[in-house]
Formats: sequence, C-alpha cells, structure tokens
Amino acid sequence: MAREKNKRRASGRRSPLAAAALIGIGLLLTGGIYAGATAAMAASDVPESQSTSATAVEDGEKLFQANCATCHGLDLQGSDQGPSLFGVGELSVHFQVSTGRMPLQAQGPQAPVKPVQFTEEQINALAAYVQASAPGPAYPSAELLDGEGDVSHGAELFRINCAMCHNVAGAGGALTEGKWAPGLHETSGLNIYAAMVTGPQNMPVFNDLNLTPEDKRDVISYLMFLQKSESPGGFSLGSLGPVSEGLFIWIFGIGALIALTVWITAKSN
Amino acid sequence: MAHEEDALEHGRASWKPSAGLAVAVPDSVENPGLPPHRHRATDQDPQTMKRAVRTVYTLFYVSVAASIWASIAYMIFPIESGALIDIRYNNLFIGLGIAFALLAIGIGAIHWSKSVMSDKEYIEDRHATRGQDTTREAAVNVFVEADKDSGFGRREIIRNSLFAALAASVIPGITLFRGLAPQDQNPVALLSHTMWEEGMRLAHDPSGRAIRAADVTLGSAFHVIPEELAGLGHDEGYLEEKAKAIVLLMRLQPEQLNPETNNLDWSYDGIVAYSKVCTHVGCPVALYEQQTHHLLCPCHQSQFDVANGAAVIFGPAARPLPQLPITVDAEGYLVAKGDFQEPVGPSFWERS
Repeated sequence: MAREKNKRRASGRRSPLAAAALIGIGLLLTGGIYAGATAAMAASDVPESQSTSATAVEDGEKLFQANCATCHGLDLQGSDQGPSLFGVGELSVHFQVSTGRMPLQAQGPQAPVKPVQFTEEQINALAAYVQASAPGPAYPSAELLDGEGDVSHGAELFRINCAMCHNVAGAGGALTEGKWAPGLHETSGLNIYAAMVTGPQNMPVFNDLNLTPEDKRDVISYLMFLQKSESPGGFSLGSLGPVSEGLFIWIFGIGALIALTVWITAKSN
Repeated sequence: MAHEEDALEHGRASWKPSAGLAVAVPDSVENPGLPPHRHRATDQDPQTMKRAVRTVYTLFYVSVAASIWASIAYMIFPIESGALIDIRYNNLFIGLGIAFALLAIGIGAIHWSKSVMSDKEYIEDRHATRGQDTTREAAVNVFVEADKDSGFGRREIIRNSLFAALAASVIPGITLFRGLAPQDQNPVALLSHTMWEEGMRLAHDPSGRAIRAADVTLGSAFHVIPEELAGLGHDEGYLEEKAKAIVLLMRLQPEQLNPETNNLDWSYDGIVAYSKVCTHVGCPVALYEQQTHHLLCPCHQSQFDVANGAAVIFGPAARPLPQLPITVDAEGYLVAKGDFQEPVGPSFWERS
C-alpha cells in the first residue's frame, strides 16, 4: 500500500508534463516581471507650455543651480563632467528632463530613460531659464504634433531615415558598445519632434532642411498611428522580428511537438 | 568465417569466440529480458473501456464541429471593413477551427490505437547488420545477371549515349540561370559603375530635392540619391540604379577628418559622402552615431569610422566603404565630382 502511494507520487513528479509546466511557469514569471518593469519606465505624455514669464525663468535658474550646475556649470558653460548648454534651447532641455534622461545618474555609454525627477511645471521653468540665457531650438507649433499628417508618407520617411536604428515597427534596436536606439511605442509627439531637431546623444540631427516641418509632422503621425493601432497578429512579441518570434516557436512550437511525441510513444495505462 | 553463415550465432549459448579475436569479459552484461507485460486499465475494467471509446468518438465529433466552425467563422469574421484588426479575428478563428479539426482527428486516432485497439506485444529479434554471405552473393548475382540479360555492359554505344543524354539534361537549367543576369550588358561593368557622374547633384531620398551644402548642419545625416534618379520610373531601372547609388551624407567638424586617412579633396568643409552599401554582403549601412562618427551595419555588425575614411574598425567587412567625391556648384548645391573610384558593395570575382 505504502509502496503504491510512493510510486504514484514519484510518477507525478516524473510526468512528462512536469518539465513543460515548470518551463511555462518560469517564462510567465520572467515575462510578468519584465512587463511590470517596462510599464514603470513608460514616458509620460507631456502637454507643452510656452510660459516664459520672468518668474518661470527665476524658478528655473534656482532649479538649474541646485540640480544641473554641478556638471553643466553655473553659467551653462559646461565642465569636465558635462557639455556646455549654449544654444541647446528649451526643446532639448524638455526632452532630456521629461524623459528622465537628465539629471544623469552615472556616466555611461548612453543616458537611460529613468523615472522623471521633476514636475511638468519645474521642467518648463528649467527650459525657460536655459532658453532665456542661451537660446536654441524652441517648441514647435501644436499643429506639427497633432498626428493628422500623411501617415503613408511619414512611414516612407521613417523607413528611409529612422528604421535602420529604431526598427521598422519603432521597437528600437542595439547600436555599438552598449549604446542603443530606444523604442518609440511610448514616446510623445513632442519628444519625437525634439529628438529629430536636437539629435540627442548619438542620434543624428534632422534639421528643417533635411526633413521639412511637414515631413516631421508626417513622421510623427506615422508613429502615433503605430502607437494607436493594435497588432493584427495578436501578441507582437516586442515587434523585434525573427529573434523573439524564432525563440517563441523554438520553445513552444518544438516543445509541443516533443510533448506530443512523448505522449504518442508512451504506453497507455 | 564461421559467424557469417549464421548471423545470430553469437547470441546463442553455444557460441565461443575464436582464439585471438575476442576479449574475455568476466562481467559481461546479462540479458535483462523483457519487462513484465502490464495490463491496461481498459482491458481490465469495462467501465474504463467504455469511457475510452467515448473519448475517441467525441474527439472525432469535435473535429467535425471544428471544421464546421471554421467555415462559419469565415462568414462571421470577413475582411471587409479595411481595418487591420479584421485580419486578426478572421485568421484567429478560422485557424483555431482548422487546427482543432485536424488535431482532434490525430489525437483521437492515437488514443484509439493506444487504449482501445488490441494490446498484444510482439518480439522481433535483432540481427547482425551484415547479411549472410550467401545473401550477399545472391544480391551481387542479381546485378551480374541483369547486366548479362540487358546487355548494358556489352552494348557500349547504347550505354554511352544514355550517359550523354543524362549529362545533357542538366544544360537547360544552366541556361535558365544565365537568364537571371543582364542579357545585353556586361555584368562586371554594371557592378563596377553607378549612376553618379561629374556635376550630378546630391538629392534627398526619396523626393529628389537637391541639397545645398548649407543645409547640412553639424551632426546631420542625409540619405541621398542622385538628383536624376528621382525622375526614373520603376520600369526604367529605378531600383537597380538606386541599389548601387545610395549614399549617406554627414557633416563633421573639418578638423575631425584625419588628413592622413581621408582624401580631403573628396569632402567639402567637413561634409563627406559614403556609399550606403556594405562591403561585406551589401546591406545598407546607415546606423550613424553622430558623437562617435561610427557607422554600424545592422546585418553582421561591421563598423566603419567616418572620421578615418570609413575604415573598418570591427566586424567582417573587408574594405572601407567607397567614398563619393563631392564639391559644391556655383549655386551652393552639393554635386558629385564623378562616380565612385571603386565598385560599391561586396567583393565579386572580377573586382580588381
């Protein structure tokens, strides 16, 4: 009797389904944790504000001196630790701070997107201060960010100018030596515009003579279309193409085939 | 040799190894015999058998239902509204129907054979891989006899003409392959030259808008085609010409261009133009990092240093990217000084 019980327990653990179930639980756990982590990092969609009142500039100066001047210098002149901000402009400041890239936590190949450190009001004050001290690229008109442009023209421009780094579905991709092009599925229209105009870090600059304002509006419209539309195939697996799709079919497709083969050859009890 | 007459001989108790051949093994593996036959639950309990039978025919009926569902799903979820999302429901539900229809037949059939059909065990003895000598001789004899009867070896002219016919039957395939290459032009010349010529303006891809030197600000990357290319139609070789002529235009600080490794006559005030076709296997190299001035090829991770004449600094590419010599014309537009000085793209046999 005891032997039989023992046998049953042993065969339960040795069941061919046990390994498959274990792998499945492991994958679900990793996926769940990853999804949670990325959701926490998602960039916020920021409404633009062009308040350049004297108080905003004053507030911005204080915030700058407290949070930025260690690296960028008290007069925006830069230091060994960080570049000068002359000519950088409010657009670039808004982009860097509202995505959490600045303040930088540590020197590295690339500034990562982090939880945002300031409120929208504080970011606008910082931007107003930098713009008032040493002007640079300014906020665009709201019309450029409305997403009402020519989506198919935007897609063509995206494929020619952006897709090699940011992936044709805007999922991002790896560059050299620890750098990467970020995914664009959560990026706001203003930040897409700012990235094209200011060329943050290793991204090339796309000035208005390269991509005209109308072209930029089309590219933004295309990316907004991608952000809005659901993947027709169901799970997009990160839109990364053959790597994630291949991994999926190798694990689950071939795994199912192996499970079926084991079942076919096992004796019926 | 004795054992060739009886392939199963060394499995028998009477078998003795011949002197000088065998190694005596004191602890040779015992034949464990067959495990005891375990009777199935379906053979012992009529109730279980009934359940198994029910499972099998239920699975077959499920298959029928799934087939019908697949046809119904085709009507319920049409791809009509033009929205991409239609494809998802259409594919998903038709696919699920067909998958269940086929899977249920397969699972039902296997379950049927495993738990309902007869549970008799059969034993098939193994035999030596090598056949007995008599069998082998007989097999050789079949060929000798066939050769004699057919006269295949004797009538040489027939045999040789058959060989000739078989060899010739491959020729049409080779001829068809030739048709894949351009017919009226020398492929080597086509690979060696692009559309670029002296005075041709550099223009935006795809609009064909000409680019002025002043447009190219520091840190910019422009994707460039020859101005004339934008006017070509697809039936006039647009894609063929574009594949060779695509160029990436970048502006660096003039002092960043190393004068020892760059031909400064081919650049204009820090503006350089390089072929976008990788010298490894021809992927478009356009992942430009404006701070490091490195170009990365996404296919095999070759890296080129734009500040040093696009020299290869990593990866499998064998040669630097070809540089397009450029200057400005009287109106300030960037123009080519001529074609590339070497063939663009990967190596080929006749490349000098």
